[in-house]
Amino acid sequence: MIISFVLDGEEQTLDVDGGLRAVDVLREYCGVTAPKEGCGTGECGACAVLVDGETRLSCLMLAAQMNGCIVTTAQGLGTDGPHPVQEALADLGGVQCGYCTPGIAVTAAEFLERNPDPTRKEIRDALSGNLCRCTGYHKIVDAVEDAAKRLQKEHGRGE
Amino acid sequence: MNILFPTSVEAALDALQVNPTARVMAGGTDLLVKRRAGSETPEIVVCMEKVADISCIEVQEDRIRIGAATTMSGLLDNTDIRERLPLLHRAAEVFASPLVRNMATIGGNICTASPAADTLPPLHVLGAEVEIYSSSGKRCIPISDFVVAPGRTSLASGELLGAVIVPVPQGRTIGYFEKVGKRKALAIAVVSLAALLRVESNVITEARLAWGSVGPTVVRCSDVESQLIGSAPTLDTFRSVGESVRRAIHPISDVRASAEYRMEVAVNLLLRLAEQAADPTGIKVGF
Ligand SMILES: Cc1cc2nc3c(=O)[nH]c(=O)nc-3n(C[C@H](O)[C@H](O)[C@H](O)COP(=O)(O)OP(=O)(O)OC[C@H]3O[C@@H](n4cnc5c(N)ncnc54)[C@H](O)[C@@H]3O)c2cc1C
Ligand code: FES
Ligand code: FES
Repeated sequence: MIISFVLDGEEQTLDVDGGLRAVDVLREYCGVTAPKEGCGTGECGACAVLVDGETRLSCLMLAAQMNGCIVTTAQGLGTDGPHPVQEALADLGGVQCGYCTPGIAVTAAEFLERNPDPTRKEIRDALSGNLCRCTGYHKIVDAVEDAAKRLQKEHGRGE
Repeated sequence: MNILFPTSVEAALDALQVNPTARVMAGGTDLLVKRRAGSETPEIVVCMEKVADISCIEVQEDRIRIGAATTMSGLLDNTDIRERLPLLHRAAEVFASPLVRNMATIGGNICTASPAADTLPPLHVLGAEVEIYSSSGKRCIPISDFVVAPGRTSLASGELLGAVIVPVPQGRTIGYFEKVGKRKALAIAVVSLAALLRVESNVITEARLAWGSVGPTVVRCSDVESQLIGSAPTLDTFRSVGESVRRAIHPISDVRASAEYRMEVAVNLLLRLAEQAADPTGIKVGF
């Protein structure tokens, strides 16, 4: 089937089997390797992407479901340069091997949009579906907390 | 694989009529996991995400009608669910992870008919009914008649789950839901207990209890319920029905826990319920 969607700001039109998984289409057909496959069963969050602004697991989504949607991966998260979440993850040691990072980045970015001034507990809850084998999570939570401050400052300046 | 996107209930029913082997897909969090494991190999999928009329939540006098395609995040964000059905709200809060909650629907949870499905024990004690659509019309049955065995419901071929209708408890009641899993997030219940109690002048006048993950479907135990009625909501009262609970439930051993462990936890959850019943600041349903 023909599917059209906006991927990280660019219009895509593909002729694919609609029953393929979104994660495979993004990686194999579109060459966007930000979404990673960890578990393939919804448990690790490495494949998370934004679909029409909401975090979704691309391993539990069919290619056909992307038709007509705006899909944003960690690759397209920042419009002019990295998103503050990505900067904070890099600056505060929230990235080690990086496998979980794209999923964490999109999940945290969407969360901070809904909750610009979260507590540490709220950050932990929001990221509870994103597993990381390397960092021990503390630095990831630190980074999201820091990103919230960076975003608040950015918005403060914009007004 | 052929994926159909009907935009109305009628079109969805037509699609199922024309394609008797088609599978319904709501959030896909069960169906696509099963497809990956090879236990489901659908050729045709009827995807419900564009059927707007089955994803809304409506308050109707003393009940709330929840469209089958409402996601767990949708339940969590809804003020009426939070304020009037806190028991169901609690189940959505402890469900999987935020990412799964964005996709998983209440209808999919009910239709999967897993003994560990988190929404089922609360829906049982709340006395929920399900609304089923077919090309010949609409029928409504109690949730306890809908889920018949692990993975089996009374949905006939060509039928759709349209909504779940949940009576809002009237008067002052105490609601309780606890899920014991191996960890906090992304844990399938090892045992869960939902309860709805009415206590007047320190005497239990109504008691409904439903356990999850300790039998093929949700276990209600009328024996335990009638023993509780007429007693004060004390620790001793809840302790005294432990033996009846042991007789009523039939847990199995699996990768998550042994049958003996589940038995202990199922009985011990009553002690937590006792705490909740004694705590005037606990979850209160209704006014
Ligand atoms: C990582 C992970 C964690 C999970 N954790 C939990 C948990 O903590 N608690 C829990 O209870 N479950 C959990 N689940 C299971 C699953 O998310 C739930 O059962 C969910 O509610 C299913 O909803 P869905 O919309 O995704 O269903 P789908 O996968 O779309 O459908 C499930 C079944 O229901 C049928 N169906 C769906 N909607 C309808 C309808 N309207 N009419 C007729 N048939 C229909 C489908 O044909 C299919 O057989 C988890 C799953 C994953 C992947
Ligand atoms: S790969 Fe999708 S959640 Fe793990
Ligand atoms: S940094 Fe390696 S998995 Fe998270």
